[in-house]
Amino acid sequence: MKRLSALVALTLLTSSLFAQAADPERARNLAATCANCHGTDGRPVAGSGIDPLAGIEKRHSLQKLADFKSGQRPGTIMPQIAKGYTDEQLELIAAYFAAQK
Amino acid sequence: MADRNRRAFLKAGTLAGVLTVAGCAGSALRQPRGHVVVVGGGYGGATAAKYLRMWSARGVEVTLVERSPHFVSCPMSNLVIGGSRSMADITLGYDRLQSHWGVRIVHDEVLAIDAAARSVRLAGGGDLRYDRLVLSPGIDFMWQEIPGLDNAGAQATILHAWKAGAQTVALRRQLEAMPDGGVFVLSVPRAPYRCPPGPYERASLVADYCKRHKPRSKVIVLDANDEIVSKKGLFAKAWAELYPGIIEYRPQSELRDVDVTTRTAHLDFDKVRADVLNVIPPQRAADIAARSGLQLINQRWVEIDWLSMESSNTPAVHVLGDAIFPAPTMPKSGHVANQQAKLAAAAILRLLAGEQPDPAPVLMNTCYSFVDSRNAIHVASVFQYDRNTGVVQPVAGAGGVSSARSELEGRIAAGWAQNIWADMLF
Ligand SMILES: Cc1cc2nc3c(=O)[nH]c(=O)nc-3n(C[C@H](O)[C@H](O)[C@H](O)COP(=O)(O)OP(=O)(O)OC[C@H]3O[C@@H](n4cnc5c(N)ncnc54)[C@H](O)[C@@H]3O)c2cc1C
Ligand code: HEC
Repeated sequence: MKRLSALVALTLLTSSLFAQAADPERARNLAATCANCHGTDGRPVAGSGIDPLAGIEKRHSLQKLADFKSGQRPGTIMPQIAKGYTDEQLELIAAYFAAQK
Repeated sequence: MADRNRRAFLKAGTLAGVLTVAGCAGSALRQPRGHVVVVGGGYGGATAAKYLRMWSARGVEVTLVERSPHFVSCPMSNLVIGGSRSMADITLGYDRLQSHWGVRIVHDEVLAIDAAARSVRLAGGGDLRYDRLVLSPGIDFMWQEIPGLDNAGAQATILHAWKAGAQTVALRRQLEAMPDGGVFVLSVPRAPYRCPPGPYERASLVADYCKRHKPRSKVIVLDANDEIVSKKGLFAKAWAELYPGIIEYRPQSELRDVDVTTRTAHLDFDKVRADVLNVIPPQRAADIAARSGLQLINQRWVEIDWLSMESSNTPAVHVLGDAIFPAPTMPKSGHVANQQAKLAAAAILRLLAGEQPDPAPVLMNTCYSFVDSRNAIHVASVFQYDRNTGVVQPVAGAGGVSSARSELEGRIAAGWAQNIWADMLF
């Protein structure tokens, strides 16, 4: 019995560790989902007509993303995309792109 | 099945958790090291090769095996058939993956996988050893479903053009040679198949060409499905407004056989004669994925783990793109293959460093389709990993389709192509 509860405790401990074991590169991974359109690391091909995200100040892109999400800012596709991410994820993404100099 | 795998995976995860706790006291950040072999240099494979090198600061060795000397894009290839783009516009090289990213490119074909020895056999001779294998080989066709097409001679005249390249050029020629007043018949297989809106984009662009050059011609869409599979309202509106009297859409018209000499499509209760017969055959995971002992679903698509894209039954083999059994509502698209490649690259680098993959991955899809040479429409969706089902699930309330076709989206679609090509190859 004692051994069993120790085992349960260990399992709980490790599984909660496992649940929290986020990739330290999560922001990078999330930002990579935007690269198909906005270019690798937010640097689009010159002349492709799509806005760069690299080096844009965090609060600026975050505000635009929040406005896309709430419907305040119109767009062909960004309102539909922004709604798919949590606010926390958008923060990570905006910070990652801001750091791309 | 999926549930059992998930439990097995969680158990492995817990075990790894114990080992990590025991093993990493005070250890510094671990660097991923090893050799990854990538099979297939299309939307999934090329992206995986680049991102593995980029995200490991060139620490992980990557060998990309691709049988074609160049990359030819399926997206935008319907514009070549319609005549507004050239093959040169959709053909790119692998040079920069090699020269800039240091990916070793081998132009060869992989014949077999030895998962126990962790090696692949090349048609040109020799084996390549891997620590992790990425398979993004795309699709192959289920010719046996259309007996008349189950031979090389028939396949050289009745074209699919569902893998871009020589067939794209050949179908364009058949369309150009079609007389005014001719009938172009396009057969669409039952879903799931590569690129759900692709057949309807093709019908639109063939009709666009006919309208301008052969206005007495017709385009007949024989669809095995009950209705237009993707962007239904937008395609139906475009056809009614742009191509009245040209496009004729017939749902529930599954192709049973083809008479090659008379170019006749045989349906259950009908026969349709064509001047150009374009058959998109039913599809499954490409041979190398379908015949290597990987667990399949419906005997067609590879079952994978959504945290890593790793095969559910073959360790160290990660499968991407059109070859896998997709998440609910997730299409087989180049956009999705590119996204899955990044998920796999991140997970592989973690695994090569002795860590677990990120437990909350996100994927996104967008498919643009042209309804004439300038106007495009889109469908988009976002997927978040769901721990209860062990699958990435579409986010309710996100995604959707265009409000209307527009030249603006036509320009954005062209920009999308430029940027995704650069994201995989440059
Ligand atoms: C007409 C058309 C239009 C489309 N339009 C769009 C669009 O607008 N947007 C979009 O997102 N998607 C679109 N798609 C879908 C898109 O092309 C596919 O979803 C995408 O190519 C899948 O990527 P993949 O990596 O799985 O396979 P592929 O891109 O097909 O790559 C597979 C590669 O593997 C190689 N290969 C296979 N087996 C072996 C082997 N044994 N050894 C060596 N090499 C091998 C092949 O030569 C090939 O280069 C379209 C498709 C078509 C047909
Ligand atoms: C399918 C292509 C596509 C993808 C994927 C995409 N975007 Fe966009 N983005 C656009 C387009 C097109 C616009 C212009 C607004 C519109 O039409 O919706 C835009 C605009 C933006 C803007 C405003 C730029 C400016 O200077 O005004 C931001 C910020 C942005 N996107 C962030 C993102 C982020 C973050 C992601 C990933 C979560 C992302 N985008 C993914 C196509 C895309």
